[in-house]
Amino acid sequence: MSDLYQLKRTPFHERTSALCLPQNWRRWAGHIAVGSYDLTLEREYWAIRNHAALIDVSPLMKYRIEGPDAMRLLDKLTPRNIAKLAIGQVYYTGWCDDEGKLLDDGTITRLAEQAYRLTSAEPSLRWLHMNAVGMDVRITEHTDQVAALSLQGPKSRQVLNRVCDSPVDGIRFFRMAENTIAGRAVTISRTGYTGDLGYEIWLDAADALPVWDALIAGGNDYGITPCGILAMDIARVEAGLFMLDVDYTAATHAWIEAQKSSPYEMGLGWAMALDKPGFFVGRSALEREAAEGPRWKMVGVEVDWESLEQAFGAVGLPPQIPSMTVRASLPAFRHGKQVGYASSSTWSPVLKKYIALVHLERPHYEAGTRIELEVTVQHQRCRASATVVNLPFYDPEWKRA
Amino acid sequence: MSSSSRYDAIIIGGGHNGLIAAAYLARAGKKTLVLERREIVGGAAVTEEIFPGYRFTEFSYVVSLLRPEIIRDLELPKHGLKILPLPSTVTPLQEGDYLASWEDHDLTRRELYRHSPRDAEAADEYSRVMARAAKAIKPIISLVPPDPASLSWRDLRGLLKLGQYGASLSPTEICRIAKLLTQSAADLLDEWFEFDPLKGTKSASGIIGTFLGPRSPGTAYVLLHHYMGEIDGAFRAWGFAKNGTGGVSAAIASSARALGVEIKTSAPVSKVIVKGGRATGVALENGDEFHASVVMSAADPKRTFLQFVERQQLPGDLVTAVESFRVRGSSGKVNIALSELPDFTCLPGEGPIHRGAISISPSIDYIERAYDQAKYGQVSSEPYIDMVIPSMIDRDMAPPGHHVMSCFVQYAPYDREGGWDDAAREAFGETVVSTIERYAPNIRRAIVGKQVITPKDIERIAGITGGNIFHGELLLHQLFFLRPAPQWADFRTPVKGYYFGASGAHPGGGVMGAAGKLAAQEILKDWK
Ligand SMILES: Cc1cc2nc3c(=O)[nH]c(=O)nc-3n(C[C@H](O)[C@H](O)[C@H](O)COP(=O)(O)OP(=O)(O)OC[C@H]3O[C@@H](n4cnc5c(N)ncnc54)[C@H](O)[C@@H]3O)c2cc1C
Repeated sequence: MSDLYQLKRTPFHERTSALCLPQNWRRWAGHIAVGSYDLTLEREYWAIRNHAALIDVSPLMKYRIEGPDAMRLLDKLTPRNIAKLAIGQVYYTGWCDDEGKLLDDGTITRLAEQAYRLTSAEPSLRWLHMNAVGMDVRITEHTDQVAALSLQGPKSRQVLNRVCDSPVDGIRFFRMAENTIAGRAVTISRTGYTGDLGYEIWLDAADALPVWDALIAGGNDYGITPCGILAMDIARVEAGLFMLDVDYTAATHAWIEAQKSSPYEMGLGWAMALDKPGFFVGRSALEREAAEGPRWKMVGVEVDWESLEQAFGAVGLPPQIPSMTVRASLPAFRHGKQVGYASSSTWSPVLKKYIALVHLERPHYEAGTRIELEVTVQHQRCRASATVVNLPFYDPEWKRA
Repeated sequence: MSSSSRYDAIIIGGGHNGLIAAAYLARAGKKTLVLERREIVGGAAVTEEIFPGYRFTEFSYVVSLLRPEIIRDLELPKHGLKILPLPSTVTPLQEGDYLASWEDHDLTRRELYRHSPRDAEAADEYSRVMARAAKAIKPIISLVPPDPASLSWRDLRGLLKLGQYGASLSPTEICRIAKLLTQSAADLLDEWFEFDPLKGTKSASGIIGTFLGPRSPGTAYVLLHHYMGEIDGAFRAWGFAKNGTGGVSAAIASSARALGVEIKTSAPVSKVIVKGGRATGVALENGDEFHASVVMSAADPKRTFLQFVERQQLPGDLVTAVESFRVRGSSGKVNIALSELPDFTCLPGEGPIHRGAISISPSIDYIERAYDQAKYGQVSSEPYIDMVIPSMIDRDMAPPGHHVMSCFVQYAPYDREGGWDDAAREAFGETVVSTIERYAPNIRRAIVGKQVITPKDIERIAGITGGNIFHGELLLHQLFFLRPAPQWADFRTPVKGYYFGASGAHPGGGVMGAAGKLAAQEILKDWK
């Protein structure tokens, strides 16, 4: 029973806890998750960008949705055209309330003709059930039953080809296939949260340790490195990927209207299948917004290095760079007026740039717009000049190849 | 002996509201006297050492609603106020399992998920919706209630403010509030949840201090009322005051004295002296008189309107309204001195269960059945019990190794069939002990002493007519501009210079202090 006074542990805990020597643990959806395995993030970050980083992503909420109406349900819940999702294909999507404001985001994988897996950041069972009324569909949460590993980095394909029974070369970007590792059945999707070449491995929680061990053993020659979620947090900003509760607030959590975000504001316009037939939740609000254009937009912003140097240089300091992603809200200005705020900002080790995910009011969000971002220099608020850029910041060609 | 002295203001009743009103008046430079009938101040917020070494939070036992601005204005921390966390609620179940709500959100979710995954999610959304509704209602509580039938400028301004505020709410919010104000707790909870012990435990806070069951309309509002404490500053629900609830009163009294308030105990007031339609002072039961240009009653509404002044001095409809104001007590307390901690079958040994509330509320049916009996004048044979072990939160409450336990019990009807006598009180105590025994079998042998308090005892000891813990139920027809009576919800009375500011006034009961503070503000407005 005393276990119930603790946060949950993932199926890989026996391995990850033995390696997490700095005891840098974070919370993730009711679990403890490794923040970093080293005292600094460098080695884990560069494993993502240069080798193969092995990240325990088991806390992701996972739902299995199956039955004759499974497709109908997901088509009603999300703005994507689920009818077009082929078996073995994965969609990334956000989903909205009636007013077209985001509730959550995640992936939908079509596992079989009438079976899907939905992942989400927040618990979604209630929302799924509420919308499934009158439908012939079975919804089960299997967050605890399904373990998940994310293998990210340019060498991830070679690692998998070494440890899997069949090669993974055939899995295209946002597709998945079944496979076997250490005699255990797994499904492998070409997805991730880093913007690099990468895969996510889904398996029965009972098989967690042998699969982990096989990956570590087989990946050694390719520099496989257990990686915590803090290094991933830098990579995801470089990839222009946002995070619930950091870059946006779920409509159900918002205290006031201004805290809500639409998918258009979050740059998900590309995923809005307004041409699909029939009703889906939030449709009319989203159609209105599509016609008018969003009032806000989350964009990429690169801070001018010279401007940072000047601001810090004025007090005799070199630019001070945070060692991990900063989740504090930083005001953004244009022509002396506040026009938005950064929700995540980080030093990009690969780009050697200070970058931020910034929410800007229309019309300031067009690429190329010059803005200023607040920085604190020796306890004083200053403004560094910066430029709006298209996301992602970092987009290696091998990501999709 | 007869003495006579002059003050600017006299407060009848040294409960926390009376003390707070006095402190605010003194802060504004008024020479203020508090007259309390008991030998101690605090009213229903007292700590008493009934058995040597064991300190009981005799009546009120947990604090959540005490207004933060009062804590700041009266510098209560400087006068010893500390509210210690009471982080959890555990509902033991007969089958040996339990339902817990811990301080940490993720742990609570994990716990609830064990019983019902859907409820685990619904609970998150429910508390957000309730907190938002409480936030929406809070500004209304902070206003002096406008009387919609009146045309005075003050009332119109209040109504206007309320109207503007109402217009800022979304239609969904207004509908939700309307529903919350009228629904039963059971209907509200059935809309959200499926797990019986969860619904039972949540519904309990909808019936506390009412003579209603969870299926009675109007009880959903009481649930909301208890969320109010959460939206102020700390976002923490319930706490336990250092030295028990009496610690709150002691801090307020100390602050009041420092501000120059004079407090006389063992000074029961018999009536307010009225000359030419104006209050000019009070007379004690022993004949002593004290004079002042302002008199405020901080006792219950029945005493305030029907006892301290002649009925002939009041309009007939006011008399009728106060006469029909529902003040029938439905709750009792059993305070127990223990030689060891109760050992709960569901969570054996000393543990987190002992540091929070323990609720005997396995289902809505259980509580509704307990109510059924009370409706017809009987004590519930299986009552709802809310237990707290103050000595686990503040070690100074009991001798080393020993403990005190506070058990709030519902239902014990004020109008018990056959009346209340020592045998009935003893039987009530026995019912409570044997109910607890089902979940913690060692309780009986651990008892060193026990104080059983019936609604009649609440009336007798704390001086609350009818024994209702809130001086009158917190039901919609007794709230806002209807508390305590239509047109008299602004802390004034038909007698000039005579005011009313206690739990029976807006915004209601609980150790909240709002009524005392608001009344003092109105008094000062009229002073000029
Ligand atoms: C058993 C019980 C449990 C409770 N539990 C809680 C709880 O856990 N949390 C919570 O927030 N609230 C609780 N309450 C409610 C809360 O205690 C009361 O609403 C609050 O304490 C009332 O404060 P008050 O100052 O308005 O009135 P009171 O505290 O009742 O003060 C009125 C005072 O007037 C005095 N008085 C009466 N007549 C005369 C007279 N003729 N002359 C002079 N003085 C007179 C009385 O002696 C008394 O001291 C509980 C109440 C009871 C009874």
